[in-house]
Amino acid sequence: MNTTYLFKNAHIIDPITKTDEVTSVLVENGFIKKIAKKISAEKNTNVIDCSGIILAPGFCDMHVHLREPGFEHKETIETGLTSAANGGYTAVACMPNTNPPIDSSAIVQYIKTQAEKSVPVVDLFPIACGTKNREGKELAPIAELAESGAVALSDDGSPVENADLLRRILEYSSMYNLPFIQHCETKSLVGNGVMNEGFVSTTLGMNAIPRIAETTMLQRDLQILEYVKGKYHAAHLSVKESIEIMRQAKKKKLQATCEVTPHHFSLTDEEVKSFNTNTKMNPPLRTQDDVDALLEGLRDGTIDVIASDHAPHSYDEKETEYIYAPFGIVGLETTIGLCITNLIETKILSWKQLIEKLSINPRIILSLPKIKIEMGEKANFTLLDAKKEWEVNVQQFKSKSKNSPFDKWKLKGKSFGIFNNGIFVESK
Amino acid sequence: MTETLTPKLKISHLLGMENVSREDITLMLDTGMSFREVLERPIKKVPTLNGKTIVNLFFESSTRTRIAFELAERRLSADVVNFAASGSSVSKGETFKDTVKNIEAMKIDMIVVRHESPGVPQFLTRISDATIINAGDGAHEHPTQALLDMMTIREKFGKLEKLRVCLVGDISHSRVALSNIYGLKTMGAKVSVCGPKTMMPKFVEQLGVNVYYNIDDVIHDGVDVLNVLRIQRERLHAVLFPSNEEYNKYFGVTKKRLGKSSKPITILHPGPINRDVEISADVADSEHSLILHQVLNGVAVRMGILFLLGTKGKAN
Repeated sequence: MNTTYLFKNAHIIDPITKTDEVTSVLVENGFIKKIAKKISAEKNTNVIDCSGIILAPGFCDMHVHLREPGFEHKETIETGLTSAANGGYTAVACMPNTNPPIDSSAIVQYIKTQAEKSVPVVDLFPIACGTKNREGKELAPIAELAESGAVALSDDGSPVENADLLRRILEYSSMYNLPFIQHCETKSLVGNGVMNEGFVSTTLGMNAIPRIAETTMLQRDLQILEYVKGKYHAAHLSVKESIEIMRQAKKKKLQATCEVTPHHFSLTDEEVKSFNTNTKMNPPLRTQDDVDALLEGLRDGTIDVIASDHAPHSYDEKETEYIYAPFGIVGLETTIGLCITNLIETKILSWKQLIEKLSINPRIILSLPKIKIEMGEKANFTLLDAKKEWEVNVQQFKSKSKNSPFDKWKLKGKSFGIFNNGIFVESK
Repeated sequence: MTETLTPKLKISHLLGMENVSREDITLMLDTGMSFREVLERPIKKVPTLNGKTIVNLFFESSTRTRIAFELAERRLSADVVNFAASGSSVSKGETFKDTVKNIEAMKIDMIVVRHESPGVPQFLTRISDATIINAGDGAHEHPTQALLDMMTIREKFGKLEKLRVCLVGDISHSRVALSNIYGLKTMGAKVSVCGPKTMMPKFVEQLGVNVYYNIDDVIHDGVDVLNVLRIQRERLHAVLFPSNEEYNKYFGVTKKRLGKSSKPITILHPGPINRDVEISADVADSEHSLILHQVLNGVAVRMGILFLLGTKGKAN
């Protein structure tokens, strides 16, 4: 087996080693052997022409639903990780709303084993439940989950509403340096809402989700965090006021971080007028004002991470009446294109900032090993073709599900390939 | 009338009143009026839709809307099939799309649909080749109700332009309100809404309506028509208002309140009415109440709509 790769004339951008130059990288047995402008290839070297290609530390999507075990008709660990590899990720963290949920070391182990067996190029890091069975009643076996390899805790989709329980989770998990990831949503304000409450919901007669559903929980959680200390991460923030709340929390130096999704900074609730069920997700698409605030939060660093909230659902599940359709869209294979199109091309973020939000920061939050593009280090890269213009075609997704509102969108910038664990995978 | 002289609707389906032109609304109201004449005849049937098959696809219970459609369809000589969700394949777990595909395979021409989800009529146009008429999609639209309301108002006043119409009640959860607002605004009426703040959708004023939280203010400012919406205090609405008694006391349309107006105010109600909740019995039965006339016009205007859409041919 040939285990030597030469990534020739790549534009390395590595915020950690502060590298930003065009050079070549020789990788042998999965480790970086040499970085130099001119490296001559041996006979058996796989030469990958990286002219015009950006080579960055491997991207990590810290909010992905892989659906296995329990919902294999939507996605499996194998199809989900293949989708991640194709989308440009060398690592993903998967959410615990499986069946059974990830609330025991057995399930953590099962998921990790399945991942290593099926798609070894992508590292899978399970996020375990904060409470038993995601019921919000009793603490999950947090120490055991941490020991078996969980990198964070979350009851994603079922926010921990009980304030005392949240306090105890934050206290307990901080002993193991695990962040608690909250899906901020005060359920009593949501009712049977299916979209953002605003003028559009009024014109559509839809039951709606007010922005205060998100901010009331975020604000409360941060007060609890300030009191007990601990490590807190707010998932997929969607409204302007949340970004301001996070800005204040950071000024107070709380250990609080947050993420946004590409759909929340690329789309508004106007999309729901199509009644396309791929515009239905939770939190819902908000207004242009919110999009602008998210972009500003990304720019000024209030928002640490861009995560896809990849939420596969089968065709039949989504091909139904709007109010009955499940929430969520897939995102692993469109995130990079949307980030380059809407953040880099528009000069909202620099490459360094984008790479921090897609690679460095999620790895810091989850305490994963640092990636350095340096001689002797393990080779873990994402390669990007930033100039490539392409049209999204959901049928070409490697994900088992095709539920994306971005079908037929023209994007600029795409993953070119990934290298991790000694394996190179070219993006299709 | 020869074919070339028959005015044609621009729309190919009646999904809602939003974005329906003044010309189309006028044509539907005029056609409804000419079918009213048919309803006055001893034999209330014309052969216009002979050979057409219409399915009334009702996923939500409805009595009067379904009966009005069915009568309109039968009086136009269409073949009519009623499909009610309860006791059908839906309860056996069949998807909405499969249900529609199965019905369509039986060769049908038009679907009249009622469903609790907004957007179902639009979804139907995507998965079916039939002509679609919306008979109510959630709290979104109920265009035939708005058309029969407009027909009734226009008949009484001879016009809709510049008339002051106020919709009273639960605006948030009302498809009747939204369709009326869209239609009346297009026809040049001055529209206002009145109800408790808990029943008022956010940003409703952006629809171009005046918003009132006090019924006496509406009457004081002058209004030609009050369209009183049905109030239902169910489990879901328990947080919206405290009791029927309190609602009646502060928002009920009563004779005493109406008496403060210098000229008579015309009363509409889409029914079924809750006597002495949103409307007092003496108002409902008064000479200024057009409630039963609305019911008659409901059949006539639906005949007009079915005729115009049913004879239009397929959309391009």
